[in-house]
Amino acid sequence: MAGANIKSGIATDTYAKERYWLLLPSWAVLLIFIVVPVAIMMVYSFLTKEFRGGVIWEFSMAAYDQFFFDRGLFGDEPAKIEWTYLNIYWRSIWQAGLATIFSLAIGFPTAYFIATRDAKVRPIWVFLITIPYWVNLLIRTVSMKFLLRDNGPLNSFLQMLEVIEEPLHIINTNLAVQLGLFYSYLPFMVLPIYAAIERYNFSLSEAAADLYASKWQTLRYVILPTVKPGVIAGCILVFVPSMGAFLAPDLLGGAKNFMIGSLIEEQFKGNAGNWPFGAAASMILLTMVLIILMVFSRQQSKAQEA
Amino acid sequence: MKTMLKSITAAVALSVAADAAMAQEEVVVYHWFEYLPQSLIDKFTAETGIKVTMDTYDSNEAMLANLKAGAMGTYDVAVPGDYMVDIMVGEGMLDTIAAGELSNMGNIEDKWVNVSFDDGRKHSIPYQWGSTSFAVNKDVHPGNVHNTDLLFNPPASLSGKINMLDSQGDVMALAALHMGIPQCSNDRAQLKALNAMLQGAKQHWASFNSDTTKDLLVSGDAAVSMIWNGYSAKARAEGANIEYAYPEQGFLVWMDNVVLLKDAPNRANALKFMDFLLVPENIAQVSNYAQYAAGVKNVGPLLGEELRTSPESNPRDGAPAAFVQACDAQTQVVYDQIWTNLKK
Amino acid sequence: MATKNFDLRSYKGFRFLTILCLVILYAPLVIVTIYSFNDSKSITIWEGFSFRWYIDMFSGPESAKFKLAAWNSFVIAIAAATIATTIATLSATSLVRGGMFRTRTLSLGLISLPLMVPEIVTAVATLIFFNTIGFDRGLLTIVIAHIVFCIPFAYLPIAARMQGIEDSYEQAAQDLYASKFQTFTKILMPLMMPGIISGFLLAFIVSLDDFIITNFVKGAGVETLPTAIFGSVKQGIKPNIMAISTALLAVSVMFVTLSYFVSKSEQKD
Repeated sequence: MAGANIKSGIATDTYAKERYWLLLPSWAVLLIFIVVPVAIMMVYSFLTKEFRGGVIWEFSMAAYDQFFFDRGLFGDEPAKIEWTYLNIYWRSIWQAGLATIFSLAIGFPTAYFIATRDAKVRPIWVFLITIPYWVNLLIRTVSMKFLLRDNGPLNSFLQMLEVIEEPLHIINTNLAVQLGLFYSYLPFMVLPIYAAIERYNFSLSEAAADLYASKWQTLRYVILPTVKPGVIAGCILVFVPSMGAFLAPDLLGGAKNFMIGSLIEEQFKGNAGNWPFGAAASMILLTMVLIILMVFSRQQSKAQEA
Repeated sequence: MKTMLKSITAAVALSVAADAAMAQEEVVVYHWFEYLPQSLIDKFTAETGIKVTMDTYDSNEAMLANLKAGAMGTYDVAVPGDYMVDIMVGEGMLDTIAAGELSNMGNIEDKWVNVSFDDGRKHSIPYQWGSTSFAVNKDVHPGNVHNTDLLFNPPASLSGKINMLDSQGDVMALAALHMGIPQCSNDRAQLKALNAMLQGAKQHWASFNSDTTKDLLVSGDAAVSMIWNGYSAKARAEGANIEYAYPEQGFLVWMDNVVLLKDAPNRANALKFMDFLLVPENIAQVSNYAQYAAGVKNVGPLLGEELRTSPESNPRDGAPAAFVQACDAQTQVVYDQIWTNLKK
Repeated sequence: MATKNFDLRSYKGFRFLTILCLVILYAPLVIVTIYSFNDSKSITIWEGFSFRWYIDMFSGPESAKFKLAAWNSFVIAIAAATIATTIATLSATSLVRGGMFRTRTLSLGLISLPLMVPEIVTAVATLIFFNTIGFDRGLLTIVIAHIVFCIPFAYLPIAARMQGIEDSYEQAAQDLYASKFQTFTKILMPLMMPGIISGFLLAFIVSLDDFIITNFVKGAGVETLPTAIFGSVKQGIKPNIMAISTALLAVSVMFVTLSYFVSKSEQKD
């Protein structure tokens, strides 16, 4: 996503002769340690699982077969669609989607409010929003777990205010995971929307007001379409990492709320020990993410042309 | 700015140097969590000058998976349960301890020398042994606890408040005991029935967790949890009003063993570490800490009163005990499938 | 005019939602910070203010483990951030000062790749990679993995800074027969310093924060602070964890603030 944000400022050709040498280290590191590994991972997803963990270097579609088809307890029944993993992926999309909607509902007004402050104090507001992002994600998730416990501070507080009598049971539910994801990635929603609104020309709002548009109509029909790329960027920045998240479902969701991240982790670190299947599940996640990003960058370049 | 760069360079150089200085004698132990008291580690280091580096796991299967995932050759010893020793021998992951290499070999209790999973103790020494069953909160369920129905066919008062160990071997073996069928049976009808029974039981379960069982019982978040006997005793000591069950259908016994891993980077130190754990005074410290029994002679008098008399370490008469068995490849595939079905 | 503008721009409730947003972002952190000063073994009951868990951090039963983990985290972050910043500076020079060329867009895409691939996928791919080539997991594998995802974080502020520097100084230097290398080290680098420091600090924090990838590629007995905290939290949140978390939180906030002021000085000159 950074690629889309790297704007062209002052660019010269002082170092045109050396440009390939200067690029060599980054190409070498990134090719060897991320492109090649992803390629090997793809190969692994087509290998045969060894009896107790590990792989045998023989071609097999077993991992993808296990993902999509159910052949019964003994593997000899006619293939039916296997819903287990599709459900996990669907649940992850659903959870990430809800987290995105929460973030948008709070993030858009926040971004708008900040962007309409005095230019001098804006950086301070932005800084306040950014700080939590730089605090360790694990610590933030643990804090959330501490806050949401049955006899944790949130419940004590609400009971003290006599809003509730019995403690709310939030931890180990889907809601806890959604809250955790929402909380983890909220700054990602605010920043790109803020950048878009900051560039918005408010004389458009004035023009709309002159044409007797109400303020909310102006927001809906004038502002929102103009800042749409920023909103989409924010949604993607929240949605994509939420989908593959591991910490929030693991620490806040309990074992019943398995998401893609936990499923993959279990193949390598947990009981399952099925590497080809873990590689296949990763490939499927990666494909989904790349499709989303491609659609997004298409739209972005269309928006730029228009 | 130059000073900044210089100080960064200096810091890197310093850290590399410090790393080299830290390269003293060590032994790398791959162990269960909360199972080796720090005081004993300190004692070992004080006696031998060998530093103990430890990593932890929460199930035999997770340990095996990580070792097969390229971690062999980086650890010296691990502490697998009985059936896992069997599996690791079969996988060729264990080194052989030659006669005379351990001077305290004679300290092993006779009944733990010729064991089914390592006849004559060629690869392992006893660490601790105990049982796996479940503990029940007496406030929620005041009645009889000694029945596996409480896990697999619970009354309404317990439904939704049950935590299972996240360990395939233990859950499947206890389920087989509950149904009265042999473990690792390859009879299709029995496997189907086992799958159906577990599918029915699953709706009553709240979670799969091995490392938080004590916490869940103490906090009251779970009313029933599968648990190891020593951990159950610890939970009771921390204030949980629970009773540990010795079900009439049977409970699981296990022995954890210190094994010498193949390609151990510090083999000599590993042997010293194993010898150290065969000294009654040392292993008694583990027993008093973890609340399990040792497999070493003359440990009895060194144990705390609490441990000797606790209900968790004194099985109820008439409750049969069984070891978890390692299944063959064909059955294991079906077991894996049943386990996956449970986690859906 | 000003009042009219203000009216047009402001929407009812947006101020409230902004405050709510900040409350949500900060409440968990503030509460953990408060409870880290709790003089109680239990995490639930408040028994008065005390520093006991901060003292425990240095002398308690788990202090050796966490001290070693903190040291590892620090060494890894310094090494990864230094190398990533160097690589990012060279790349930025090529991409911002190297003119237009065919592989430029591709290079930009490659540099941002670690941000696009989900973390868990990078973790799996890196684990499989090291396993396939038979590279033993340890401190070094963590450093390598961290360099990869630190590069884009270091690159962004560096490139942004370079785009803001007129090349007239460099041209002047070259007119005075300075070599290209001299121009780079004596002119461009000093001008670039705020961007480079900012990039280094960001890379440092990102490395310090990482859990998922570290958890996959760490070797026997090598723990970083996040993996050690995670291992401990799995068995329930304990008060010493809250003190350690608060300390780490303070370090992160300190570094971000530092980075913020460095980049602010960038805007001034």
